Amino acid sequence: MSSLAEYAWLVPVFPAAAFAALTAMGRGAGRAGAWIGTLASLVSLILSLLIAGQRLSGTAEEYSNHFDWIQVGNTTLPIGFEVTNLTSLMLVVVTLVSFLVNLYSQGYMKDDERISTFFAYVALFSASMLGLVLSYNLLTMYIFWELVGVCSFLLVGFWFRKPEARAAAKKAFIVTRIGDLGLLIAILLLFWYMPNHELDFTNLHNVFGTQTGVISTGITTLIALLIFLGAVGKSGQFPLHVWLPDAMEGPTPISALIHAATMVAAGVFLVARTFDIFHASQAAMDTVAVIGAFTAIFAATIGLAQNDIKRILAYSTVSQLGYMMLALGVGSVSAAMFHLFTHAFFKALLFLGAGSVIHSVHTQDIREMGGLGGRMKITAWTFGIGALALSGIPPLAGFWSKDAVLTAALDGHPVYFVVGVVAAFFTALYMARLFFLVFAGKPRGDAHAHESPAVMTIPLVVLAVLAALAGFVQTPFNGWFGEWLTGEAEQEHASGLVIIVSTAVGLLGVYLGWLIYAKGTVRRDIVSSRMPGVVRLLERKYYVDELYHYVIVKPLEGLGKLLIAFDDYVVDGAVRLAGMSASAIGRLNTRLQSGQVQGYVLTALIGLVILALAVAGRRFW
Amino acid sequence: MNMLASYLTLAAVLFCVGLYGVLTKRNAIIVLLSIELMLNAVNLNLVAFSKYGVQPSLTGQIFSLFTMTVAAAEAAVGVAILVAIYRAKTSVNVDEFDELRR
Repeated sequence: MSSLAEYAWLVPVFPAAAFAALTAMGRGAGRAGAWIGTLASLVSLILSLLIAGQRLSGTAEEYSNHFDWIQVGNTTLPIGFEVTNLTSLMLVVVTLVSFLVNLYSQGYMKDDERISTFFAYVALFSASMLGLVLSYNLLTMYIFWELVGVCSFLLVGFWFRKPEARAAAKKAFIVTRIGDLGLLIAILLLFWYMPNHELDFTNLHNVFGTQTGVISTGITTLIALLIFLGAVGKSGQFPLHVWLPDAMEGPTPISALIHAATMVAAGVFLVARTFDIFHASQAAMDTVAVIGAFTAIFAATIGLAQNDIKRILAYSTVSQLGYMMLALGVGSVSAAMFHLFTHAFFKALLFLGAGSVIHSVHTQDIREMGGLGGRMKITAWTFGIGALALSGIPPLAGFWSKDAVLTAALDGHPVYFVVGVVAAFFTALYMARLFFLVFAGKPRGDAHAHESPAVMTIPLVVLAVLAALAGFVQTPFNGWFGEWLTGEAEQEHASGLVIIVSTAVGLLGVYLGWLIYAKGTVRRDIVSSRMPGVVRLLERKYYVDELYHYVIVKPLEGLGKLLIAFDDYVVDGAVRLAGMSASAIGRLNTRLQSGQVQGYVLTALIGLVILALAVAGRRFW
Repeated sequence: MNMLASYLTLAAVLFCVGLYGVLTKRNAIIVLLSIELMLNAVNLNLVAFSKYGVQPSLTGQIFSLFTMTVAAAEAAVGVAILVAIYRAKTSVNVDEFDELRR
C-alpha cells in the first residue's frame, strides 16, 4: 500500500522552489513574491497535514528512503529522509507556524522595500528546517542544521543598516558556531566508532538502545555531551544563551518563526532524535537535566527585569527551552516534545502579538506602552490567551505540557521539580507584568495605536485557538500522545500534587503581577528599593555578556591586534625591506651613472682588480 | 728569460702610467695621449713575446702592426670628436663632458 510518507520529501521542496523563484526574480518581485512564498508554505502545510493525518489514523510503518551520496572505498555516505511519528509532528508544527508567519508578514513587512528578499529567506529557512526534521541520518541533518543557522543569520541581520542588527547577526552566528563545532566533532566520533560507519538514526537506535557495549561508556558520554553542546548552541541554553535575546533585532515575524517556534527547538529535537545515545550515559543525562533546569530558572529571573517586549519573550523562550531540556534529561522524550509542540504555538502567538503591538506603537519598550487593550482588542485577547498558556493556567495548552515536564522532573529528582516550579512562578509573574504593562492601565506613549490588519490578526486567532486547545492531545489522564510519539506505552500517572502545585504557582504569579502592575496595591519598587543590587543584576542579565566581553572577546581582540601588528611590522616589514633595498641599490647605481668617462674607467678597473684578486685568492682556498 | 722580464716590466710601467693619465688628467688631449701610451705598452708585450716567448713567431709583430694601424685610426677619430666637442662646448676639460648621461 502506498503511503503518503513516500512523498514527504516534497514538503521541503516547495519552499525551496519558492526560494529559487524569488531569488531568480530579484527584488522586483515585490508583493507578488510575498504571495509566492506564502503559497509554497501553504502547499507544504497541506501535505504535512495529510502525512500526519495518515500516521495518526493507522499504524503506518515508519518510512525511510535514501540514496548513496558519496562513495569512498567501501564506505558510503547516504543521504535520505525518514518519516516517523516524531518527524510528522514536527512537520506539522514547522509548516503551520511557517504558513501563519508568512501570512502575518504580508501585513507586517508590507512597507519594506526588500519584502521579496525577506520572503525568499523565510522560504529558504522553511525548506532547511523541514529538511532538518526529515533527515534520515546525522549527516543530512548537519547540512540542514547549518543551513538554518545561515538563514537565522540572514534574517536577524535583515535590517542590516542598523548596527545593532549587524552585531546581533554576527553574534548569533558565532555563538551558535561553538555549538555546531561540538555537533560536528560528535558526528565525526560517531562515524569513527559506529560499526560500518553508519550514521542513520535507526542504526544509532540499535547500537545505543538495544545492543549494549558496542561503544564504551566513556566514548558514549563524550559523544552525547558534544551533541548536547550543539543543542545548547542552537537552543540558547546556558552558557550559550547570549545570542538569542540579541537575535530579537530581526523582524518580529522572524523572532516568532525562527527564534521561538522552530529553529531554537531544533536543539531539543536533535537530543530527542539521538536520545538513545543520551540514555546510554547517565552522566550525559544528568548534564542535560542540570543545564536545562538551570537555564529555565536563570532566564526566567532575567525576564522579570527586562523592559523590551521582545527581549522578555526571548528570555522566556530560553527558559521554556530549558524546561524541554530538563524533561529530556530526566528521560521523558514525550514530555519534552509535548512542551515543544505547545510552546511553538503559544510562543509564536506571543511574538506575533508583540509584533502587532510594535507595528502599532512603533516602540519596543513596555514602559512606553499601556492601555492598548481597548484599542487593539484582538491582539489583546489573543496575547492574553498566549500569556496564560505560557503561565501554565489550566486548561490552556501550556498547563498540560508544563505539567508533563514537571511530573517527569518529580520522577527524576525533587530538586528539578522545585526549580521547575519556581521558574514557573517567575514565568507567570513576568508574563503578567508584560501583559498588564502593555494592555492595561493608561496610555503612556503618544502613539496612535490601532488594530492591525486582518492579515495579521487571523494568524493570531488561529494560534490562540491552538494555544488554548493543543494541550488536550495529552493530559495526565490520557497518555495517548506520548505513546504515539515514542511507541512505548506510558503509564498514565495523574499526579495530583503536580497539578495543584503548578496551577497554584501559575495563579499566584499572575495574581501578584496583577496586584503590582494593574491594581497597584503592591508598590512596583518594592524589590528594587530594598535590594537594588539584585534588580541591577537581573537588568544586566547577570553580567554574562560583560563577562564574555572581558574574558573572551577582549583577549581575542587583543590577539587579533597582536597578529595585525605582526602582519604590519614583520611580514609587511620584510616586504618593504626587500623593496626598499632594491630601490636603494638602484639609487646607488644612478649615482654611478655620472656620464664621466673617467669614472666608468675607474669602476671597470676596480672590477678588474676585484676579479684578479678573486682569481688569485682561489689558490688559498 | 731575463730579457722578457725586463720588457714586460717596462710594458707594465708604461701601461700603468697610461692608465694613471687616463684616470686623472683633465685635458682630453692628454687622455688621448695616455691611451696611446697604453696601446703601445701592449704592443711592447706583443713584440717581446714574439721574440722571447715559449713559441717565438712573427704573429706578435704582425699583430702589433695592426694595432698601430688601428691606433692611428682611433687617434684620428678621437681628435676629430674632440674638435667637434670643443666647438660645441669651447672646452677640452673631461670633467665637463657628461653627455653619456643624457
